Amino acid sequence: MKALNIIETAYRGTLEEQDDTIVWLTHALKGAGADLDVLLRANAVNYAVKAQKVAPLSFGDRQQKHGPDIANDIAGLIAKGVGVYIVKDDLAERGISDDELIDGLSPVSRDGLAKLLDGYDHVWHW
Amino acid sequence: MADKKTLTFALMDAPYENARSTTALRLINIAAKRGYDINVFAYEGAVFLPFAGQQAHPNPVHGHDAEQEDHPLPKEWVEAVIKEAAKNGGKVDWVNCGLCVDERGAGDAVEGVRRGTPGDFWNMAESSDNTLVIPTK
Repeated sequence: MKALNIIETAYRGTLEEQDDTIVWLTHALKGAGADLDVLLRANAVNYAVKAQKVAPLSFGDRQQKHGPDIANDIAGLIAKGVGVYIVKDDLAERGISDDELIDGLSPVSRDGLAKLLDGYDHVWHW
Repeated sequence: MADKKTLTFALMDAPYENARSTTALRLINIAAKRGYDINVFAYEGAVFLPFAGQQAHPNPVHGHDAEQEDHPLPKEWVEAVIKEAAKNGGKVDWVNCGLCVDERGAGDAVEGVRRGTPGDFWNMAESSDNTLVIPTK
């Protein structure tokens, strides 16, 4: 069985979780032996931007040790052999250029999505 | 049952925030009435759907005491669909994501709910006729 996790909703609880919950889920599923890829679309294309940096939160005397590092988490998926597709049109609409992105992504146009999705037994749109 | 199906649902929303979890439970109820085998992977806030600590409350705006108000409790809906599936020859395997439970202190769940991992979700999907993801937006 091969599945595609489509991540559309971005920065959902990432400050509390210190990661994106679906990127995390994909890491966990891959670790459990799953064969799956990821497609970043809409605002989630920003997950692949290298320069994003989130300072740890601080409330009164309570200082968190670290913030989320989602671009690195995406790079970690690629290193594990998870294919990470990203919608080129969504990058262009947001003014994000290729040189701002982490390495190893697989760009796909909106025109190519139907063909891409056809290659999976399950498509899960998060 | 020759046309018996196995369906998997992945849910993410906490109760009382929007209609997605209610819609999911209505779909699960239909499957239960058909005697299907149903898997549920409750992720993130959805682990509170079967939380045993839910309490009905009065509603002063409606002028109702707790009994008159009969406030909906998702834990009772979860219990009901588990019973409904069993009555019709099916079953509900409801798995709460363990780490999601821990970070929320949501460990006290109604009977029939078990703790699990994302690996359970993958195994459920592999053994199902289809899988529906209903995420938080």
